[in-house]
Amino acid sequence: MKAGVVVFPGSNCDRDMKVALEAAGADVSMVWHKDTKLPKLDLVVLPGGFSYGDYLRCGALSAHSPIVAEVKKHAENGGYVLGVCNGFQVLTETGLLPGALLRNRNLHFICKSQSLQVANDNNKFTAAFQKGDVVNFPIAHHDGNYFAGEDVLKELEDNQQIAFRYVENPNGSANDIAGIYNKGGNILGMMPHPERVISDLLGGVDGKRFFEGLMK
Amino acid sequence: MKAKVHVTLKNGVLDPQGQAILKALANNNIKGINSVRQGKFFELELDNKADAEAQVEEACRKLLANSVIENYDIELIA
Repeated sequence: MKAGVVVFPGSNCDRDMKVALEAAGADVSMVWHKDTKLPKLDLVVLPGGFSYGDYLRCGALSAHSPIVAEVKKHAENGGYVLGVCNGFQVLTETGLLPGALLRNRNLHFICKSQSLQVANDNNKFTAAFQKGDVVNFPIAHHDGNYFAGEDVLKELEDNQQIAFRYVENPNGSANDIAGIYNKGGNILGMMPHPERVISDLLGGVDGKRFFEGLMK
Repeated sequence: MKAKVHVTLKNGVLDPQGQAILKALANNNIKGINSVRQGKFFELELDNKADAEAQVEEACRKLLANSVIENYDIELIA
């Protein structure tokens, strides 16, 4: 699988993501946010971090970076897109995923290992898991409180677009949502960081399973 | 020409910062304030153009506000 990791000013999980993807067998290139063309890729990853210092709203300025127009085209053509943490925020700001990510309910920056339940296994992104499996990915965010209107939440539920739910909701997210797909199932946005758990030395291998499943 | 733009959270959108500010006001013995909703204020300077309002409107729609969670209010000052 050919994967590209977009680097925004302020991205800080981009190299971890590259390591995790390469360990799972992907051929990875880094893509600068000012680029106006994507190389030929199967998967585009928007990594975690604090792009543009979270100015205005998290992900709001990155959503207007030149490369994002290309990422939209890639997604519209059925290409896979993964947004983790700040990447998820960018995906909601671009409109590629519905809803928005608000400040955590308790106002704290939360950085810890987090149990998640796999809510939908009928997708390439969760190929390694079965519905109902509990996995542990770390979370590290200030604005991960997923919000969407009642009608949008109903649509997400009805269309099986929820990928992961928090086992114990840490941040106030609606319906315990930790990650969602778009309707087509080729875009996944999630607050937790699978790229941080790819070795027992790093506290777990659930992320390794996640990326290996994605490569199949 | 100037424009003042207020961006506010829509009704029903949780505002934990506003709630924390409300508590801090009470802790400062400032009484009688029953609710706080935090928003954003932008001051824009722009060219004198007939379509200035439409331009500011576009700026709000595309960037200054996120229509999923926020409303905006524009005031033009000649």
